[in-house]
Amino acid sequence: MSTRRAMAEDSAPVSDLDLLEAESIHILREVAAQFANPVLLYSIGKDSSVLLHLAMKAFYPAPPPFPLLHVDTGWKFREMIAFRDRRARELGLRLLVHINPEGLARGINPLDHGSALHTDIMKTQGLRQALDAHRFDAAIGGARRDEEAVRAKERVFSLRAPGHGWEPRRQRPELWRLYNGRMAQGETMRVFPLSNWTELDVWRYIAREGIPVVPLYFARPRPVVERNGLLLMVDDDRLRIGPEEIVRERMVRFRTLGCYPLTGAIVSEAATLEAIIAEMAESRSSERQGRAIDHDQSGSMEKKKREGYF
Amino acid sequence: MALPDSGPSARGLLRFLTCGSVDDGKSSLIGRLLFEARAIMDDQMAKLDRDSRKHGTTGAAPDLALLVDGLQAEREQGITIDVAYRFFGTPRRKFIVADTPGHEQYTRNMATGASTADLAIILVDARKRLLPQTFRHSRIAALLGIRHVVLAVNKMDLVGYDQAVFEAIRAAYAPLAQGLGFRSVESIPVSALNGCNIAGAPASTMPWYQGVTLLPYLETVDITPAAPGPFRMPVQHVIRVAPDFRGYAGTIAGGTVAPGDSVVVLPSGRASRVGRIVTMAGDLPRAGAGQAVTLTLADDVDIARGDLLASAESPPEFADQLAADLVWMAETPLLPGRRYLLRVGTSETGVAITALKHEIDIATGEPRAARALAMNAIGRVTLGLDRAIPFDPYESCRETGGFILIDRESGDVLAAGMIRHALRRASNIAWQGFSVDRAARARLKGHQGAAIWFTGLSGSGKSTLADRLDRALVREGCHTYVLDGDNIRHGLNRDLGFTEADRVENIRRVAEVARLFVDAGLIVIVSFISPFRADRAMARSLFEPGRFFEVFVDTPLEECERRDPKGLYAKARAGKLPNFTGIDQPYEPPETPELRIMTGELSPEAGAERLLGLLRGGGILP
Repeated sequence: MSTRRAMAEDSAPVSDLDLLEAESIHILREVAAQFANPVLLYSIGKDSSVLLHLAMKAFYPAPPPFPLLHVDTGWKFREMIAFRDRRARELGLRLLVHINPEGLARGINPLDHGSALHTDIMKTQGLRQALDAHRFDAAIGGARRDEEAVRAKERVFSLRAPGHGWEPRRQRPELWRLYNGRMAQGETMRVFPLSNWTELDVWRYIAREGIPVVPLYFARPRPVVERNGLLLMVDDDRLRIGPEEIVRERMVRFRTLGCYPLTGAIVSEAATLEAIIAEMAESRSSERQGRAIDHDQSGSMEKKKREGYF
Repeated sequence: MALPDSGPSARGLLRFLTCGSVDDGKSSLIGRLLFEARAIMDDQMAKLDRDSRKHGTTGAAPDLALLVDGLQAEREQGITIDVAYRFFGTPRRKFIVADTPGHEQYTRNMATGASTADLAIILVDARKRLLPQTFRHSRIAALLGIRHVVLAVNKMDLVGYDQAVFEAIRAAYAPLAQGLGFRSVESIPVSALNGCNIAGAPASTMPWYQGVTLLPYLETVDITPAAPGPFRMPVQHVIRVAPDFRGYAGTIAGGTVAPGDSVVVLPSGRASRVGRIVTMAGDLPRAGAGQAVTLTLADDVDIARGDLLASAESPPEFADQLAADLVWMAETPLLPGRRYLLRVGTSETGVAITALKHEIDIATGEPRAARALAMNAIGRVTLGLDRAIPFDPYESCRETGGFILIDRESGDVLAAGMIRHALRRASNIAWQGFSVDRAARARLKGHQGAAIWFTGLSGSGKSTLADRLDRALVREGCHTYVLDGDNIRHGLNRDLGFTEADRVENIRRVAEVARLFVDAGLIVIVSFISPFRADRAMARSLFEPGRFFEVFVDTPLEECERRDPKGLYAKARAGKLPNFTGIDQPYEPPETPELRIMTGELSPEAGAERLLGLLRGGGILP
C-alpha cells in the first residue's frame, strides 16, 4: 500500500515496477478488446504467476475475460501440478489442460527421446493442437525479451502464420502503445505482456505484491542426482537412476520450472523471497542456463520459434 | 542490491535509443554498457568467448558487440536487421534500450524505437566526424518527439584521444541540435572498445574531459516533461459487473485525474464527473500519465472502446481533416487517394490520404515535391478521415497525436504518423456547449427534438400539412420551425439549380440544417419534394434512430397536376421547366415511411392530428 500512497502524491507512477505493471495491464486489456477468443497460457512458473496476477488486476472487479490453458507434458514436477490446480480453484478461473494424446500414446518422454523431440512433440505440437482445437485467436504468454537473444527482437503482439509458424520478416512495427491485433484468415497472435520485464523485476514484483509461487523456487533439501552437468531432482521413480549415479539430499532450488528431467536445480540457501532477490543480484549466470533445451543446438530458440514454440 | 519499490528513492525507468551504424561501434557501446552494469552473466560471457572466436572482430578480446546481435541470419551477415530491446539496471534506474540498426532500414526501425524512447544516444565515429546519417538520426529522433540527446563521440582511441577532434565535432553538432529543438544535448567523448568514459570517473586517457561519464549521466538525466498537460485517457475496455458496476479501463495518456474532476467523453461530447479510480489494491485519490486505471463516472453515459475521456476544461481538438507527418514503413509505396485504417489511441477510423504535400529529405530537412512515398521515406500529408476524431498535436501528447496506418486486408502496419495540426476546424467547435446536453434542452423545452420530413410531388399538399402541424404543435407549447423548399431556395440554396447534382446538394444542406435545429431541441418540419430515396436515406442517417420521421404525402400525379397551385406543371408540360419531378424526372416513393398520408382521404387537420399521435408514440411529445 505504500506504493499506492507514493503514486498518489506524485500523481504518476514513480518506480520502474509501477511502469512495467501499467504497461502489462495495458497489453492485457488490448488483448481482451481486440480478440474474439483469447487464452492465457499458464505454465505454472513465476512468470505465469505474475501474468495471472496482472490479469486479475487488469479487469478488476471483473475476472479476466479469458480462460487459462496449461499444455502439460506429463513430466512436470508434482508440486507444479498441485499448485496449478489450487490457484485455479482459489481464483475461480477456468483452467484447460491439454496433453498431446499422440505423444502420450507413443510414450514420448525426455529420458528416451531426448529434450529436443520431447519438447517438440509434447510442448510445441501439444500447444498447436490445443490452440487449434479451441480456435483461440490469441495466446498470451509470459516470455520475456531478456531471456534469450532471439527473444530480444520479439514483438509484444507476435503474428503467427496459419500453422503457427513465426516469420521474422512478417513481424509488424510496434509504436507507442499501439498494438495491432488485425489478422488475415487463419493467422493467430501470440502476446507477451512481460516483454520488458527482467528476471529480477519479476522477483521484486512477486515480493512487492505478495504473489504465491510454486515452493520449488525456494531452497530446501531435495533428493538430486547429477546428470549431464545438470542437478536433476528425483521427483518420481520414472527418472531411472543409473548404477554410477548417486541420489543425494542437497539444499537446492529452481530458477526456472519445466519438465523435471530437463530442468536443473541450483545449489542455494535462498529460502525466502528476500534471499532469492539478493542471490540474483549477485548471480553470475543467466536464468535459462538450467534449461537443457536451449543448449541442444546453437541458435536453437530461433529454430523452435519458427516451428511454433513460444 | 536493495531496491526500494516505492517512495522518493524508488528506482526509476529510462527508455533510450541508440542510433548509429555497426561501424560506429554501436553494438560495442551497448555491450560495454551491459558489461559495466554487470548485466552479463558468466554463462553468457562463456558463450560470448566461443562466439567471438567464430564470428568476432576483436582478436583475442571478447567481442562485446556479439552480445547484442540476435537472429542467426544477421549474426552471419554481421548486421542487425531489426529493433532489439536490451535491459539493464543500476540501483537508481532500470534501462530499456531500443537498439536499432543504422543501415538501409534505419528510418522505419529507428522511428519504432524512438516512439517510446525518452532519450537518444547519437553515436559518431571520431575519425569520420559528422556524417549524413548523424543528421538523419537526429532528425528522426526530433520528428518522433525525443527531447534529450547524448552525442557519444566514439573511437576516441583511434584519434589519439585528441581533445580538438572532440571539440570540433561538438561544435559542428550544436547548430543542428538547436534547429531541432532538443531540450538537452550532452556530448561525451568515449571509447566503447576500451571502456573509456562509459562508467565511473572520467578516463585517465582523456584528462582534458572532466564532465560526466555516460552511465552516470543516463542514471540522472531529468526527463520529466516541462508540463504534465491536460487529462487524456483513451478507453480500452469497458468493465461491467452485475448489478451496476461499469468502469472504463485505460492507460492515462496525459495529465492527471482525481474523483470529482469534470471530464468530457469524445466524440459524443457528453460531460460528466469522475466517480472513482478503481484498482485491485483499493481506490486511488489521484492518478497520472502512464498509469493503467479503471474510472467510473458520476453519470450514466454511453461509453465504448475507442472513446476518449478528456479534461472538460482543456478538451482536445476535434477535426476530420489533418496535417500529419508520415514515416512510410511498407514495401508497397504510399499513393495519395488510397484508403486505410487509422488507429490513434484505441479508436480506428477509415482514412484517405487526400494529398501528399511533400517528401522531407531526412538528411537536410528540406521539403521536396513527391508523388509517392517509398519505404523509409518521410512526408507531410493531408488526411481525410471518415469522421472527426479527438486528437492533440503530437508535440503536446504522443499518445493522442501519434497514429499508425493499417492495411484493411492484410492488417499490416503501413506507416507511423504524427498529427501536426487540424486543417478544417469547423467541427472543432462541435464539443463546445455540449456541457448543456440534449437532456437539458429537452427539460427546458418540455419535449424532445425531432425532424418531420414531408416528401411528395409538387402540389401534393406538403406545405399545407406542414403549416397545420406547425400550428397544432405551437398550440401544445412546442418549439418548432418549418424548413420549406421554396423558402430555402431563396436564401441558403439560391446558388443551386435543378440538375441532379444540385438536387442532391440541396437535400444535403437542408438535412444538415435540420440536424442542427434538432440538436438545438426544436421540432423541425421539413417540406421538400426530395424525390430520391438515396437522398432521403442520407438525411435519415444524420439523425439518431427515432428522431427522424419520414412522411409520404401521397397524392396522385393527376391530382397534383389538376391542382397545380403555382402553375408549374403547365410550364413543365410546355417544356419551359426542365427536370421537373413527375414530368421529366422520376419520383421515387418511400418504401417504409413512418407515415403515409393520402390527401384525397384525409383533411389537413386530420393529417396533423395523426402526426401528433405519431410524435407522442415516439416519445417526442410528453
